[in-house]
Amino acid sequence: MRSHARIGFVLLLTPLVLWLGLLIVIPHIDMLLISLRERISFGVYETSAAQYQKALTEPLYLRTFWRTAVMSVLATGITLLIAFPVAYYIAKMAKGRLQQVLFILCLIPFYVSELVRTFGWMILLRETGIVSNLLQWAGLADQPVEMLYNDAAMMVGLVYTSMLFMMVPLVTTLESLDDSVIEAGYDLGGGGFSVLREIIIPHAMPGIVSGCIVVFMLSLGNYLTPTMLGGKDSLWFTEMIYNQFIVRSNWELGAAFGFMLLVLSSVIVWGMLRLTGRTLQETMG
Amino acid sequence: MTPDLECADLTKQFGETTAVDNVSFTVPPGSFFSILGPSGCGKTTIMRMIAGFLDPTSGDICIKGKSVLDTPPNKRPVNMVFQHLALFPMMTIAENIGYGLRRQKIPKDQISRKVDEALDRIGLPGIGGRKVDELSGGQKQRVAIARCMVLEPDVLLLDEPLGALDLKLREHMKIELKALQAAFDTTFVYITHDQSEALVMSDQISVMNAGRFEQVGTGQDLYYRPDTPFVAGFIGDANRWKGRIERVEGAVLEMRTETGLAMRATASNDLSAGDMAEIFVRPETIRLAASADALADFDNQLQGTVTSILFNGAASRVLVQDSVGETLEVTLPQSGEFSGLHRGDTVHIGWGAAQAICFGGGT
Repeated sequence: MRSHARIGFVLLLTPLVLWLGLLIVIPHIDMLLISLRERISFGVYETSAAQYQKALTEPLYLRTFWRTAVMSVLATGITLLIAFPVAYYIAKMAKGRLQQVLFILCLIPFYVSELVRTFGWMILLRETGIVSNLLQWAGLADQPVEMLYNDAAMMVGLVYTSMLFMMVPLVTTLESLDDSVIEAGYDLGGGGFSVLREIIIPHAMPGIVSGCIVVFMLSLGNYLTPTMLGGKDSLWFTEMIYNQFIVRSNWELGAAFGFMLLVLSSVIVWGMLRLTGRTLQETMG
Repeated sequence: MTPDLECADLTKQFGETTAVDNVSFTVPPGSFFSILGPSGCGKTTIMRMIAGFLDPTSGDICIKGKSVLDTPPNKRPVNMVFQHLALFPMMTIAENIGYGLRRQKIPKDQISRKVDEALDRIGLPGIGGRKVDELSGGQKQRVAIARCMVLEPDVLLLDEPLGALDLKLREHMKIELKALQAAFDTTFVYITHDQSEALVMSDQISVMNAGRFEQVGTGQDLYYRPDTPFVAGFIGDANRWKGRIERVEGAVLEMRTETGLAMRATASNDLSAGDMAEIFVRPETIRLAASADALADFDNQLQGTVTSILFNGAASRVLVQDSVGETLEVTLPQSGEFSGLHRGDTVHIGWGAAQAICFGGGT
């Protein structure tokens, strides 16, 4: 019996180990090694930290790096602010069929690819697009308005793309809050705001944190939305990685950028968990 | 004296269905008032209207003589102990109890003093720092009451708070709740479907059925002098017979049951010979005997066979089948006299007319 259980355990573990090893650990070790070398001449490499030095001294790289971080945090915050009331409505106020329908409505945009969804925003926001025409028709603008290629358009795209990943954990945690606990909050003299602050938000905290982590990572690693909706100033860090690898064939610098992004997301997620006093185990378990 | 709580012609309709139908009652200060009824009878609806979570379709609710219909739940001088207690799991015990006080903007040092006092009163001093899930069922119960009582409400509503506890603890908490009510000297309005909870704790009980109050009275009133067949059937158990009244002689009437038995019962004013009626006899009022001689004093006597013995400690019963084939429940005395009783034995049973309650209108 014991040997059987052992074989079963090994069989179950193998795909996981293969997946982790082949797709995550080995490529990352290779990336790390690539990022730590410098090209001296054709086919000759030397170990050095020159790539990181370049990345940290060149103002464009550094500026893009911080901008990407700040914009991702901002996108996460906006997503949370929009998703929370919607999730509360779906989880606590909508009943029966309406609840299911609303939840499916959140899911439906994800039936088409991210590319198509982003094109959808372009159709709406471009100079000859629907919103522009509507504004002219209503007399609010006397010439076509270009709403694409700026930070606001990019932010709209980022929030839209990540909304579902915030909604799911929020709806799940809010649903697990017993209605009578909220009623007890009112019964004992609480107003709407204090019930929200002392009862609903603390209860939803695991969902808020895990939603924020997912949305933050998705925004940070997003390539399509900033490229398509963002303007010339809205350079995203992933675009720079792409440029180094594909356009410039400078794998060394690209790998260094990749590692900087990994460290950045790890530090911010760690900071987020510290700030809310949670462990990764609690949040993901 | 102004009653603490007064409901006048309270009605609540949900669409076409009437959950609460024209209910009026008053609860004097400091008393323990229970609303007893089967599930779905509308008792929780009444409680939610008093707490302010539902608006009545018509009627009025007054607390200490003032109508509270326009007062939102968080401003009403009533607090509620919820069915599953609804303690705040994200807070410690002290934060739970202090929640309402914090809402009243009371200074911190006063809050912690009041919380400590409340914990002392419920017999759980020093547990303020613990988490809700570290407490046992009975302790949570007491904390839920303390959380309301620190606010010194005029009326405390309790919605089947003992339902989630196991039997032994429930028996214990019945006594404790009654003691807490006396200690806090506050009006309790208690909702339950468990007659024993209501009978043990209450000063006044109202029996509710299908949105209406059937009878309001003390436990003794309801048990010994039920007003309606529903109350007679709901409080305690009863053997029932339907039939036609043959004679009324002063305080005693005689009825012929549908199965042909003649039976004597207490008469009530509105019954006369020829009426259809229903007789209720409680299993514990029926006397069991080995021979007919021992039952000479009783108005009603039957002979039967034991078909089953339902052993349940002090509440043991025997099922006796009489000569016409009906099965009666009879309480089995635990004096040892019938310890040798077996299935198939022939026994004699009897009961007095005074213990048989008769209602008209049985069809």
